[in-house]
Order: sequence, then structure tokens, then C-alpha cells
Amino acid sequence: MSNSSTQLSAEPSTKLGMELIPHRSGWRTLLYKELLRFWKVSFQTILAPVLTSLLYLLIFSHVLESRVSVFDGRIRYTAFLIPGLVMMSVLQNAFANSSSSLIQSKITGNLIFVLLPPLSPLDLFAAYVVGAMVRGISVGLGVFLVTLWFAPIAPTHPLWALAFALLGSMILGVLGLLAGIWADKFDQLAAFQNFLIVPLTFLSGVFYSIHTLPPFWQTLSHFNPFFYMIDGFRYGFFGLSDVEPGLSLAVIAVSCCVLSALTLWVLKRGYKLRH
Amino acid sequence: MGAAVEIVDVARRFGAVQALSGVDLMVEEGEFFGLLGPNGAGKTTLISIVAGLTRADRGTARVLGHDVVTDYRRARRLLGVVPQELVFDPFFTVRETLRIQAGYFGLSNNDAWIDEILHHLDLASKADANMRALSGGMKRRVLVGQALVHKPPVIVLDEPTAGVDVELRQSLWGFIRKLNRDGHTIILTTHYLEEAEALCGRIAMLKAGKVVALDTTQNLLSSFAGLTVRLTAAALPDVWRERVLRHEGASYLLSLTSYAELESLLSALREHGVAIAELALQEADLEQVFLRIMKRTG
Repeated sequence: MSNSSTQLSAEPSTKLGMELIPHRSGWRTLLYKELLRFWKVSFQTILAPVLTSLLYLLIFSHVLESRVSVFDGRIRYTAFLIPGLVMMSVLQNAFANSSSSLIQSKITGNLIFVLLPPLSPLDLFAAYVVGAMVRGISVGLGVFLVTLWFAPIAPTHPLWALAFALLGSMILGVLGLLAGIWADKFDQLAAFQNFLIVPLTFLSGVFYSIHTLPPFWQTLSHFNPFFYMIDGFRYGFFGLSDVEPGLSLAVIAVSCCVLSALTLWVLKRGYKLRH
Repeated sequence: MGAAVEIVDVARRFGAVQALSGVDLMVEEGEFFGLLGPNGAGKTTLISIVAGLTRADRGTARVLGHDVVTDYRRARRLLGVVPQELVFDPFFTVRETLRIQAGYFGLSNNDAWIDEILHHLDLASKADANMRALSGGMKRRVLVGQALVHKPPVIVLDEPTAGVDVELRQSLWGFIRKLNRDGHTIILTTHYLEEAEALCGRIAMLKAGKVVALDTTQNLLSSFAGLTVRLTAAALPDVWRERVLRHEGASYLLSLTSYAELESLLSALREHGVAIAELALQEADLEQVFLRIMKRTG
């Protein structure tokens, strides 16, 4: 027996337990677990999406570089494409991280290890969402680095770019958490991803400026919150955007607050987690 | 000694099923307490309510005086639960699993205790193996380790030895007994009634969401003192049918109040011309007590 065990047996039980209670939350460990989880399968979670984005860049820039003019020809189409692809990667991977982690834990039953400890709804929220943000931004950074070789661009307003990357990844991390809580099976989560997240990101101006669209589709694009994330992030690179970056920031900040409040309420109620 | 776990008027319904109907129960600090009942009796629901995994429709549950809903942080820190389902996280090794679980409780740098757990659960050689590579019995022992990793004063074991071989079961019980001697309160549910009889000082029996018996193991055994007969025969006279505790094919388990009743049984069998293929007398054990209580409260 080690000393710790001897010490254990010497104390009355209540004191024993209380003595070992630390005065810090376990959310940092849950965050560490979330990071370790995607890091252990980084071929699938980081390298694969970087490669996918690179293929988009190669194909779209090859086909459209000489045919599409954006922002009145002030920037090359390939350069225009890069921030969009980076942000799309950030958003899709942030969503994928929190949603897949939660649904896997629910289906395999190991979510119980997170539900038994004294983690508050805010602890769960913070760990899953920050984990999703780290994965999204890591993939986005990877995409940015590999695409530099095709069009060496740098953000002219880096704080704007950073603000949109952080808020965008947070929104998608929260949405992923919400979808993971709601879904009972992988099929439902795939439907959420394929019929909502992917169309909204593809139709948000990643591959085009909305000014090239007919008026009806331009108007419709303004109802797509993903458009503001992409457009604002692109402003951070070129100082050019389809709408005022302040408006975009306000739209996604409000969306982020509303979704976060809703998700915290859902976690507090224990909906589909604590029966 | 105060109450380690106090359950007052707890009820829970799942759709049409009333899983718990106003359960009252108090487990004293330092007890080795058994919670028995047939499948669907409400044992796991009750444990889930204490652990905060399920919410009660009414009533309260406290762990060492801390309400599991309003003061859940303290209540959960004081409780370790070994779940019934064999679940694990396939991304991690055994040691990572235990470290992460300790971290959820805000503990770090407790590798000495983790090493001790690994030693007692005979998992030291598997510390760096991925959870997927373990056998079912090993995974079950990791679950026990995860419940103990924050040294909780109250430990709930929901069917902890299912799928664990006899030798390891003995070493596991040796470890749990030591924890009980060290002052930890143990609450055990098991289908191995001989384990409950050997380990538990007090036992509650649940049936259809209600406590139908609650006493010390010794009192339960003595209050239902009597004999049982294992009889293998083609048929059983009708007057003896109400004494049947269990019946499978031609095998009957019958209760007798005294040895004198054995002669009555044999006479009845002779009168009806029933040939006895096999007959064995047994003293009452917890299994017989359990069967009688379940039958009595049928």
C-alpha cells in the first residue's frame, strides 16, 4: 500500500472525501480531452479537410480565374477564394468537432463519464465549444498556409479577420453542440450537417461575390448568417466586402449570443442528456 | 454516524411505466448496503437519481447531506458510480481514461492513487493499452477504477462483477472490502445474491418501484428461516403448488417451514404416484429469502 492509501484509511469517511475536493472546475480537463480526441485522429480531423479545401482551390481557380471578376477586378479570383475557403473550413470543422464528439459519446454511452462529475452546464458548454473553435481554427490555419503557395495574401485588417474567425467558429461549435444533443443517431446528425450546414456555407459567398448574383438571390443571401461570417472574414484580408463589416459583426455577435443562451438553457434542463 | 445517502419519497415515471413509487431509504455512513430486486424493479433508476443522471418527478435525494439537484457539485464530488453498462471511450488508454476522469473532478497529479487503483484492479500491465484492446472483464475493472479515481466517500456499484471471472471477482471484492473498512460507504446492486449475502450488512429489496424489504442481512435470513427442497419430478400435487418458489421444466424449488413437512410432501407424492428423480434439502440463503419476498409481494 502506498502512503496515499494509509492516509485514506486514517480519516473518517466524510472528511476523507471533503479533504480531496479541489477548488477548481473540471472543464479544463474536458477541453483537454476534446483536443486530445481530435488530435489522435488528426489525419481525419485536420489533414483531410485541408486537402479537400486545397482541391476546391485548385479546381475552382483553374476553371474560373480568367472568367470571373470580383470587386471590379481589384483582386484575383484565386486570392478572393482563399479567405472564403479558410472560413468555410473553420465553420464546417468547428461544427463537426462538437457534434461528432457528443453524438459518439451518447451512442457509445461514455457520455456518462462527463455527466457523473460535478461539471456545470457552463463547464460543458465552454469545453465543447472551445474544443470546436480550436479544431476549426487549426484547420483554417492549415488551409491558409497551404494556399499561400497559390496566392500569397496577408490580412490587411487582422483583428477583423480574427474576430470573425473566433465568432464564426464559436457559433458553429455551439450549433454542433446543439445538434449533438438533439440527435439520437448519426443519421439525424448527418441530415443536420448535409441539409443545413453544408448548403448554408456553400451558398454564403465562398466561391462568388453576391454582387454577381441576380437581385432575388442577393436579397436571399442576406438572410443567410453564414454570408456575414464569410464576407466579414474576407474584409479582414482585403478591406473589401459586400456589406459593411460592422453590420456583419453585429449580425453574428447577436446570433452567437442567442444560440449560446439557447444551448446553455438546454444543457441546464438536461434535455436528452439527463433523463 | 449520519446518512451517507438519504432518499425521501422519490418517484419517477417513464411513460406508462411507474419506475419508482415513493421510495424512502437511508444508508448510513460506512455501511456496505445491498440494493436487490428483479430486472425492472427500479434499482438503476434509483441509482441514476442519486447520481444526477435522472431527475425524480418528486422527492429528494441527498449524498452526505447535499441535495443531488440543488447542491449537485458537492453531491457528485462525494459520490463514485460504477455504471451497469460496459462503456468506454475508444480514443484513450487505461491511464489516460483514469487521469481524464480525475481531472473532471478537478484533480490533477494524483498518479500515485491511479497506480494504486491499477494495482488493486490488476490492470497495471494494461495501463498504456488502448481501451479497445481490453477484454470485457478488464473494461469492467476500468469502470470501477473510474468510480474510485476521486476517492469518493460514497461508492455505488451497479452490477460491478457482471462478466468478471471468479478469481478477479474475489480480488475486486477484497479491494472494495478494504475501501469499506477505510470508511467508504458502499452501495451494491448485484444479481449474484451469494455476493450480497457475504458482503452486505443491510439489504433493501425493490419490486415494481417500491421497497418491499429493508433489514440487516442477518435479520432477513432469520426472519425467513426455513428449508427449501429442490425436487425433480414429473408432476406436483396441487396442494403443494402454492409452495413453489421457482419452477423450470420438471425441477421445482419448494419452501418448507420445518423438517416435519418433508414427510407430508413425500406422502403426497406417493399418493399421486409421482416418482422422484432427484431431491435435495437446503437451508435458507439469501436467494431463498429473495424469492420468498418477491413471491409474497407478488
